[in-house]
Amino acid sequence: MSITDIQVTDELVHDDDHNEEHHEQSFIFKYIFSTDHKTIAKQFLITGIFWAILGGGLSVIFRLQLGFPDMDMGFLQPFLGDWISNSGKLDPEFYLAMITMHGTIMVFFVLTAGLSGTFSNYLIPLQLGARDMASGFMNLLSYWFFFLSSVIMFISMFLSTGPASGGWTIYPPLSALPQAMSGSGMGMTLWLVSMVFFIASTLLGGINYITTVINLRTEGMTFRRMPLTIWAFFITAILGLLSFPVLVACVLLLVFDRSFGTSFYLSEIFIGGEALPNLGGSPILFQHLFWFLGHPEVYIVILPALGITSEVISTNSRKPIFGYTAMIGSILAIAFLSFIVWAHHMFITGMNPFLGSIFMFLTLIIAIPSAVKAFNYITTLWKGNLVFTPAMLFSIGLVSFFISGGLTGLFLGNAAIDINLHDTYFVVAHFHLVMGSAAFFGLLAGVYHWFPKMFGRMMDEKLGYIHFWLTFVGVYLVFFPLHYIGIAGFPRRYYSFTNFDAFSSFVDLNSFVTVAAIITFGAQFIFLFNFFYNIFKGKKAPSNPWNSNTLEWTTPRIPEHGNWPGDIPKVYRWPYDYSKPGAKDDFIPQTVPYHQTKESNTDFENEESKKEQSAS
Amino acid sequence: MENTAVIFANRNIKIKSVNAKKFALWLFIVSICMLFAGLTSAYIVKKSDGRWLQFDMPDMFLYSTLVLVLSSVAMHWTYLKAKNNSLNAVKMGITVTAGIAIVFFYMQYLSWTKLVAQDVFLVGNPSGSFVYIFSGLHLAHLIGGLVFLLVVFLDTMSYKVHSKSMLAIEMCTTYWHFLGGLWIYLYLFLVMNN
Ligand code: HEM
Ligand SMILES: [Cu+2]
Repeated sequence: MSITDIQVTDELVHDDDHNEEHHEQSFIFKYIFSTDHKTIAKQFLITGIFWAILGGGLSVIFRLQLGFPDMDMGFLQPFLGDWISNSGKLDPEFYLAMITMHGTIMVFFVLTAGLSGTFSNYLIPLQLGARDMASGFMNLLSYWFFFLSSVIMFISMFLSTGPASGGWTIYPPLSALPQAMSGSGMGMTLWLVSMVFFIASTLLGGINYITTVINLRTEGMTFRRMPLTIWAFFITAILGLLSFPVLVACVLLLVFDRSFGTSFYLSEIFIGGEALPNLGGSPILFQHLFWFLGHPEVYIVILPALGITSEVISTNSRKPIFGYTAMIGSILAIAFLSFIVWAHHMFITGMNPFLGSIFMFLTLIIAIPSAVKAFNYITTLWKGNLVFTPAMLFSIGLVSFFISGGLTGLFLGNAAIDINLHDTYFVVAHFHLVMGSAAFFGLLAGVYHWFPKMFGRMMDEKLGYIHFWLTFVGVYLVFFPLHYIGIAGFPRRYYSFTNFDAFSSFVDLNSFVTVAAIITFGAQFIFLFNFFYNIFKGKKAPSNPWNSNTLEWTTPRIPEHGNWPGDIPKVYRWPYDYSKPGAKDDFIPQTVPYHQTKESNTDFENEESKKEQSAS
Repeated sequence: MENTAVIFANRNIKIKSVNAKKFALWLFIVSICMLFAGLTSAYIVKKSDGRWLQFDMPDMFLYSTLVLVLSSVAMHWTYLKAKNNSLNAVKMGITVTAGIAIVFFYMQYLSWTKLVAQDVFLVGNPSGSFVYIFSGLHLAHLIGGLVFLLVVFLDTMSYKVHSKSMLAIEMCTTYWHFLGGLWIYLYLFLVMNN
């Protein structure tokens, strides 16, 4: 028995050596069609940054329209061409196109691909002690499908009929009928094609992440010793694997309705005074299918950000994460519950009130694991030796947004209140705080924290602080007032509200929000400078700049293909041994065996240490 | 002490011995299951919504189902032959499996013409459209299965499939049986819910 085991181990080691040998690669294979997870992660990051600038830019333009409806936008004509009329007015249909693209870009391209794609790829092998992903080739495909999907979506923005314009949720009949609005023509077709490639990319990536976590953990890396980042990425990938195929089903039926004349989502429609032949379909069916993905999707967006935050907060509080098991438990609970609450997006579709109250109940239960997470972050921070790195600040910012945005979720989760608030700016405020800003802060925290490993150089801290404070304050100034506008009843996705007397008292508030949005957007250029400049010019990073415990910091300053020059490190303990009583440093990396830390071991760990010694 | 150490080591090695490719295939299968679970739930939701056209499923679907089961049998026979290193039998088995699958394609097509004869069209009441979508999408996945068969066939030609190298054919068999099971599910679902 044990002899065969040893042989297996030998084989594995041999395998590893083999991996290391072939890193003489041409430029194209090293930087473009690379199968190295670190390169692919950076590709996702850079593409995500590109999309974030574009998506943010769009929001500034439509915020101008909302904040200053009388403004002469002639100066945008060089960019937007005919979408600005000669009298300097923004085309109303293009307004809708912009909010649609903004939503699509942010939810899918930035906060799904840009966030999971970057950090799952980067950290899973590095924190688990693997040479690479389970399948480098699938990983490569995953990025290039995303790239293709990006190109298609990008092209759709330059169509003369405009890109998809029915909102990121593309509800039919609006999105199903090309004659309904100009964006539902070619723009919508390209949206669908692009999303098909996007889903393929997400599934390929997800299958790879799950397989890697299950199969390629280094010796000693049990599930109970996995960093919470990996737990979060792992569960996120499972969520994606289970929910994105349902979006395929949803989109497929829409494609058939659009292109082949079926009536899954269409029935008894008059358009332009003409009756359509479609009978027997139901647009509500679309909403069910869409939100079955859509709700898990919002957790696909936030969980990786929460994982990153756990890691950053624990490291920079110099304390073990509070309630490690509870954190895993709440991730699992959130993941499970996220599949059975989708109808809270549909309270006003005329659903049976009894069914509505069941979904209301389930929705409110989700608040419990969410609150557990928020509570654990705060208790981790409590009495810690806080080190305020920019990453730490962004993580704390995330916790703040997650709480203030989550609170409004409780309002919306009540069917009776939601009937009033649905499709108003209150919802916009809710999800921009709890999902948009929180996940965006998680992304930024991740970049600030792992930049030294990614590029071997440090980012500038001062610029990081300025960036943080402008963005943090800016986000609240932008989104907090939207609650009031929403409670007053202002519907989302309207081009203009100046025609309604009821809203005239909000003109100043809207202008204020727009100014805040412009400043917040502007502040991101500080980050861009900090990021790109320091890739080339930054101070050289030490190999473990934050005195962190996880495995990625045991690699050389710039890890090669294969990550560790020698053997893969073994893991002896969990990743959160910070400020352990009795220990000589305030951190003990996962690679340090118990028998070297007699002074700080617990009784149980002393037992383990004996086992270690007899094993070696 | 010694003992626990060995167990410990064992556990770690076991973690690694799950074959990553097979595991990825299973995950892929899970995602296909979700796709069809989504579609069949859509069917139920739509049906409960009313305005639902009732019609009989053509018998041809039953025959085609039996044919597909036959192809799974052939596939399994092929797999067993590969275990025995009878490579010629493997090549034949793959050809037969693929051949039966093509017959299945044709029979699905015939079923569609039967549906048309019953005035059930792709374009029309969703209850009919769903039948076309389910069977069509299943065929699309079957094309993937055929490509997989071709790959395994070529592997066999270059002696890469034998009792010591079963991975490809094992995965192919798994996927093939899955496609068979998937169709049986869809067929029974349609028969029982229509
Ligand atoms: C305390 C937990 C939460 C509850 C009870 C809750 C409840 C709700 C409800 C009822 C709606 C529908 C509002 C409407 O359209 O009328 C909604 C919308 C939304 N929620 Fe939450 N939510 C919670 C947390 C979250 C989290 C953590 C995220 C993301 C990470 C999120 C993202 C969204 C998004 C994106 C929308 C709007 C989608 C759209 O219509 O475009 N929510 N939430
Ligand atoms: Cu939701």
